[in-house]
Amino acid sequence: MEHTLSLEEVRHVARLARLVFKPEEEEMFRQQLSRILDHVQRLNELDTSRVQPTFHVVPLKNVMRRDETRPCLPRDEVLANAPDAQGGFFRVPKITEG
Amino acid sequence: MILELWQLTVHELSQLLLRKEVSATELLESVWGRIEEVEDQVKSYITLDPEGARAAAAESQRLLESGRPRSALEGIPCGLKDVLSTKGLRTTCGSKILSNYVPPYDATAVQALKEAGTVILGKTNMDEFAMGSSCENSGFFPTHNPWDLTRVPGGSSGGSASAVAAGEAMFTLGSDTGGSVRQPASLCGVVGMKPTYGAVSRYGLIAFASSLDQIGPLTRDVTDCAMVLDFIVKHDPMDSTSVEIKRGSYLEALRPADEAVKGLKIGVPKEYMGKGLEPGVEAQVKKALELLQELGAEVEECSLPHSSYALDAYYVIAPAEASSNLARYDGVRYGYRSKQYDDLIDMYRKTRAEGFGPEVKRRIMLGTYALSAGYYDAYYLKAQKVRTLIREDFDKVFAKFDVIAGPTSPTVAFKLGEKVDDPLAMYLSDIFTIPVNLAGLPGISVPCGFSEGLPVGLQFIGKAFDESTLLRVAYATEQACSLGNMAVLCARALAKGTKEGARG
Amino acid sequence: MSGKYEAVIGLEVHVELNTKSKIFCSCPTEFGKEPNTQVCPVCLGLPGVLPVLNEEAVRKAVQAALALNCEITSYAKFDRKNYFYPDLPKAYQISQYDLPLARNGWIELSGGKRIGIRRVHLEEDAGKLVHQGDITSAAFSFADYNRCGVPLIEIVSEPDIRDPEEARDYLTRLKGILQHIGVSDCRMEEGSLRVDANVSVRPVGSREFGTRTELKNIGSFRAVYRGLSYEIERQSKLLDRGEPVIQETRHWDEQNGVTRSLRGKEEAQDYRYFPEPDLVPLQLDPDWVEEIRRTLPELPEARKARFVREYGLPEYDADVLVSSPPIANFYEECVRLFGEPKTVSNWVMGELFRLLNDSGMEPEELKLRPSELVSLLKMTREGVVSGKIAKDVFEQMFRTGEDPESIVKKHNLVQISDKSALEPLVLQVIAENPKVVDDYKSGKKQAFAFLVGQVMKATKGRANPAVVNELLHKRLD
Repeated sequence: MEHTLSLEEVRHVARLARLVFKPEEEEMFRQQLSRILDHVQRLNELDTSRVQPTFHVVPLKNVMRRDETRPCLPRDEVLANAPDAQGGFFRVPKITEG
Repeated sequence: MILELWQLTVHELSQLLLRKEVSATELLESVWGRIEEVEDQVKSYITLDPEGARAAAAESQRLLESGRPRSALEGIPCGLKDVLSTKGLRTTCGSKILSNYVPPYDATAVQALKEAGTVILGKTNMDEFAMGSSCENSGFFPTHNPWDLTRVPGGSSGGSASAVAAGEAMFTLGSDTGGSVRQPASLCGVVGMKPTYGAVSRYGLIAFASSLDQIGPLTRDVTDCAMVLDFIVKHDPMDSTSVEIKRGSYLEALRPADEAVKGLKIGVPKEYMGKGLEPGVEAQVKKALELLQELGAEVEECSLPHSSYALDAYYVIAPAEASSNLARYDGVRYGYRSKQYDDLIDMYRKTRAEGFGPEVKRRIMLGTYALSAGYYDAYYLKAQKVRTLIREDFDKVFAKFDVIAGPTSPTVAFKLGEKVDDPLAMYLSDIFTIPVNLAGLPGISVPCGFSEGLPVGLQFIGKAFDESTLLRVAYATEQACSLGNMAVLCARALAKGTKEGARG
Repeated sequence: MSGKYEAVIGLEVHVELNTKSKIFCSCPTEFGKEPNTQVCPVCLGLPGVLPVLNEEAVRKAVQAALALNCEITSYAKFDRKNYFYPDLPKAYQISQYDLPLARNGWIELSGGKRIGIRRVHLEEDAGKLVHQGDITSAAFSFADYNRCGVPLIEIVSEPDIRDPEEARDYLTRLKGILQHIGVSDCRMEEGSLRVDANVSVRPVGSREFGTRTELKNIGSFRAVYRGLSYEIERQSKLLDRGEPVIQETRHWDEQNGVTRSLRGKEEAQDYRYFPEPDLVPLQLDPDWVEEIRRTLPELPEARKARFVREYGLPEYDADVLVSSPPIANFYEECVRLFGEPKTVSNWVMGELFRLLNDSGMEPEELKLRPSELVSLLKMTREGVVSGKIAKDVFEQMFRTGEDPESIVKKHNLVQISDKSALEPLVLQVIAENPKVVDDYKSGKKQAFAFLVGQVMKATKGRANPAVVNELLHKRLD
């Protein structure tokens, strides 16, 4: 099965992933991703109707810790890497819904 | 021949340090001299930490002198792949988006090495967010293969492999999601191991694909590998997928070659010896297997019928997990933020567009697509089901065999730039290593010969948590192939390459 | 709504569990600390960190689910819900998608109607964003991650609720249950209980659902009632005019009493859920679950039955008292100290409820201590103050927090039972009201009460009514 992405799909996925591309990049990604997705279609050659997925390779379950507190990071260390901080907060640009 | 200190192995140096024949500061200066000598050509490191290393070596020396070394690794200089969080030392993950990030905490594996008394030299180069097989996707600069400077060191732990090969570190840690320790180890002629998923804590390992990632050592020889493994394989309550295992010392599990492999059943998957494999690589792998047979191993063909689907499953699962793991790089709490933007969403998109390189973007796009509404079942769920088939292949083989053997990489080190424009061709570099990560099994690459003057790695795959058997068979291979002191050989090749580079 | 339409309402309630530490790290969960002081690498989502599940969060979630009559699922897992927002450091929330902790529960309303609970799942809370002014006009927003990682349960009802009153009843009972078992303080004003409502309308008799809207930003149970009423009215009018209801999220505007569309907010959300690879599945031991069920604190229904049985209260009183655990606890403590369950219940349901209502205070904000009410009740029983004065004293205690003894002392409110002090006043009242005295003597019994009232008035309510009665009878009969 040929799987060709449209430019609109590329733009939609880029929006979901919070990325943005120049027009020539959009076309490059469209072609490259289409090729990879075509390749991946091979998975459909296998009948997996009776196969359980492997989400974890380790046979662990119920891994939990006790409800105990530990010291937090000092605030200067919390904010040390912040691109923008003010008054103990991380500062972010205005949120325009849309 | 008198060897430089940097040409020795960890286990040799450990003895010299404990016997006080060599001081930790002397050793550090030897390695540091080597770094200064070759780093311009090889470019193994993103960040070097001379002050930190000198302070650590001085402390080691003090403890060695007072007869209270913290461990057999006291004073051993090592490098860490820049994917590992190091408190107070810049950690970029090979990405511009983290070019100024200084973590406030140590990864569990890093803490283990610090507590053992090792001397951390710096952070080694890698493909951005561990996505790549050549180190050319580093957000900073490519690393060169010290055996041939026109070639790649492999990836993504390229800097970790080249540093060990070139004598710029006694050992390093890397991370392996689809072959990122074993493939560069193979291409640089060093030993590289990916332990069983859950054996080494992932806490502080910057996530690429969480269900596949595992930290592993890159060393000069198998003995060093066992030594380092003894310090980093440990249950960690900070990692819910960390497994508590009963084990003895890996180092003590090593046996003389004949004893180690006598009667050992080695399966060689026919799918690993077929098309796409370079004849030179095939020849070296076969020769090594014959040597093991001579030592008493039973080598037989086996089959992993779903092998050819592993790459496809991997290129759905890994990008899907990555698209989520890398969403946190948004310019709010740490790392790069774009300089010009209109509002929050614009800031997000520009920050990520400017901060990530093309391969990372490609995989984020691929993963986002595979998880998006309407595609989850067809891609992500399907791939996780195929992953079950791949695991079952291994289960069947391990019902009959003790270990699986084959080439680590289908080729020797390829030329810089050769595959950068063809993502699919680059992905094929990991076809023999990827299935191991999908199944969560341990794998080791050990040098077994040369093709066109470049090292070839032999890969062994073991049962879950059976690292000891892998180490034993790898050790036997090392003995049987007796390639000589790889550090010396590599230094010779590097010196020649540097001269040619100067002429050309 | 003119009776042509009926509403279909489903509620999603988020409740913060009162564990000591966060759900996936060891930071404390305390409310109201300086911004970004209750955080560590894990809840900040720094590169490389991993979550480890807090067992007490699981225990409390299971307690809540059992108290809501849910089945605990034999295999549950965590999933990542992916979306970008500055209050979410990892850009995904660890939640539960297709295999939640518990399913298929119910809450019984006052009239006996059961509202189904579809699921209860565990997840992590996000941080908080502070805006300068309005969110859409502020030049910057400020992120505080203290709340990030506080354990939450989300309780999703079936669309069984038919009107705003049922919605309020459901929420009151839900809150009562969770407070009774002690898994959350359920303070809506601190955000430890949050409500989103899905509402649609359909012609009465129709079995299909209409197009629903989701109401957000609801700050109180009263706002739930008002917001739903408004939204039902709005949707009904649209249907009357033959216009479509648009499926969307709408914000409740408390000040103007309207709901507003967040137009164009989202190109339809796509959360790209997938199983959280960093956490392993939960397969809770049935014996452990049974142990929790056995040791569950008394639930409101059982407590109500006990109040009727032990204290001889009418069903109605018992129901009202147990609907709020702080009130029920207050009541029981008073009875323990004072006895007379019916007297105490009259005070709590009468005076205390009136004052709470007037002040708009939630029961959990009550500062008055049971021992203080009991002192007042004892003063009344011993005749130190009159019943009428006691109510005034109680109001002052409620408003100022002063103890009854000092209020009575300060305002000189001690009851006058001394006959020699009251005698002159009684004589004076008789002298000043000859006509009323005549009326009484000619058989008008209510005239007597007037005379008592005049004595009370003259003493500003302090006279002991029994003594006044006695003195008047002595003079007039």
